[in-house]
Amino acid sequence: MSAIEVASLRKSYGALNAVDSISFSVAKGDVFSLLGPNGAGKTTTIEILEGLRERDGGDVKVLGLDPWKNGYEVHRSIGVIPQGFKFVDYATPREAVKYYAALFGVKADADAILRRVILEDSANVYFSKLSGGQKQKVGLALALVNDPELVFLDEPTTGLDPQARRAVWEVIRNLKSEGRSVLLTTHYLEEAEELSDTVAIMNHGRIITAGTPAEIIARHGSGERIRVRGDQKLADYLRKAIPSVPVDYHADSGEVTISVGRKEDSLFALEAIERSDLPWNDLSIARESLEDVFVKLIGGEGHGQAAVGAKHEVARAATEGA
Amino acid sequence: MAVSLRRIRADLSVFGRGYLRSRVGLFFSLIFPIILILMFGAIFSGNNSGPIPVYVQNNDASSPVFQVSGGFISALNSTKAMQITLVSPGVNITKYAIDHSASAGIVIPQGFGADFIDGNPVNVTVYGNPTSSTTGIVEGVTSAVVNSFNLHRVNGTAVLGISQQSVVSKSYKYIDYLVPGLIGFSVLTSPMFALVNISSQYKRDKVFKQLSLTPLTKTEWLLSKITWYVALTVVSFVLMSTIGVALLGANISYSLGIIPFLFLGPFLFVSLGMLVGTVSKSVESAAVVGNLVTFPMMFLSGTFFPVATMPMYLQTVAHALPLFYVIDGLNNVMLYGNYGGALIDLGVLAVLSVVVFVLAVRFFKWRED
Repeated sequence: MSAIEVASLRKSYGALNAVDSISFSVAKGDVFSLLGPNGAGKTTTIEILEGLRERDGGDVKVLGLDPWKNGYEVHRSIGVIPQGFKFVDYATPREAVKYYAALFGVKADADAILRRVILEDSANVYFSKLSGGQKQKVGLALALVNDPELVFLDEPTTGLDPQARRAVWEVIRNLKSEGRSVLLTTHYLEEAEELSDTVAIMNHGRIITAGTPAEIIARHGSGERIRVRGDQKLADYLRKAIPSVPVDYHADSGEVTISVGRKEDSLFALEAIERSDLPWNDLSIARESLEDVFVKLIGGEGHGQAAVGAKHEVARAATEGA
Repeated sequence: MAVSLRRIRADLSVFGRGYLRSRVGLFFSLIFPIILILMFGAIFSGNNSGPIPVYVQNNDASSPVFQVSGGFISALNSTKAMQITLVSPGVNITKYAIDHSASAGIVIPQGFGADFIDGNPVNVTVYGNPTSSTTGIVEGVTSAVVNSFNLHRVNGTAVLGISQQSVVSKSYKYIDYLVPGLIGFSVLTSPMFALVNISSQYKRDKVFKQLSLTPLTKTEWLLSKITWYVALTVVSFVLMSTIGVALLGANISYSLGIIPFLFLGPFLFVSLGMLVGTVSKSVESAAVVGNLVTFPMMFLSGTFFPVATMPMYLQTVAHALPLFYVIDGLNNVMLYGNYGGALIDLGVLAVLSVVVFVLAVRFFKWRED
């Protein structure tokens, strides 16, 4: 049995088809990421799966049950952090965990749970005094109180600094290693690439592609990409020398990019650069990332998304350097 | 689904602690009503019917029969209704009264004594502000003194008199009404303002959505808030009635009949606050609607002044306000010992509470559709 089964799920708000007949499944123990620009229908989908919204059509099974009709049973076995988690201002994380334990009627070791989400140092600080990242971790802790089989994380790292984000990643990896299934939505594509077994990209209420990150890159990407610093003349030279390979010149960055599909094309390209007798430097060869594919698939609409990702790329490089 | 005491207790513990820690709620539900009772108690208790300051100008003091005007003034003085200050003749009495912030003045004309003895008609003039109630008292008292002088002049004896008797077996002071009134005030305001605010905020911050993913039910959540505000109301009742009796000399009686009102009042207003907060679109509009519902009740239900002293049409309005039945009930139990009346109030409250509670749970959205 899969953790989640979705078949032809539909939900509309007036004339807007927020979710337009999507189907997917999440295998037990997998981390599944739902990606897409704002308004793609991710949160609506996740809230239907959590039993918070009623669907207009299609079939949904969460741990074998219909989450709208059997919300009470489903909620006992799932953990959820909604987008922008908030809690009572004047309650501490420890009290919050004990509160949830009492609501679920389970024995929970508050300190152990807080240690798991790396929040033990702030166990007795009022929620209103916690930082954004710590608040998010309280949400994570509460999602774990009932020892859930399946955890829903709706943008758990939005607005967090790189350290806090890495801490949340660590918690998600631990959830997976404990055999729990995870459904994640995120704006950060390298986060999805890093953590997920399976990814689905949504746009306008539809799933436009799904699979493992590697499969998606292989399916929609053009393989490897060579970047080299050079001028327009170099680009022109290369277009003549290797006509079968797409060459782009980016005047703003003074960069030439060569998208190579076949392995041998890389060698031809490198040889052509050397033969050109034109000035070049800073050459690099990289595989296309999920983000490159995402931008390609979503196109101009996803521009804002790509900018967020790019900014984060810088932040990530900075932490890795440190 | 069965209501679970364990879950109510868990929710109550988190909510109660948060309430005590934030201190804002505590101030408005316990301290603020005490400030009000001390303030209103001080303003209206004690010498609330003290003598009215009146300026008297005697233009006949230098006549040979000055005893007549002198006698008239000492007769005015002996009524104890006025505190008389003599003004020298020749001063403009209206200007003088205004300059001294007084609302009334009496002028005795020249030749007053002679005319009185000779039997010539003569008038004393009462200056006053027709809109001021004290002017009416000054006029009444003066005309009573004038009548007794006229009677004396014809050697008559008063035949008709009045003897005073209070309508109820004992008489009530303002503070006696103020204690149940302000208990009603805190029964209304602390749950209403808090619940309107909490319910609209929790909706905005998706805390309800979060809670809907736990086994806690809407009914349990609301019952936990009701329990908290009932407890708070009991504490507030003890504080206010003690201060009213010990410090301000209120004369109220304690009886078991008070308890149902201390329970149903918060029950009703927690539910009403929840209803207002939950049907409003935003935190801001909830506050506006909350104020629209709360403020008329706050002033027209007998909180600061007994409803019976209000104009008839406002009394009709008062009967349409839920808080009226809390305060009227408390008055019936604590002042008049009218348990039949209290039972009617209780019946109205019970029906209202159940209806509003059911509506609140019904419209309160835990999850969306």
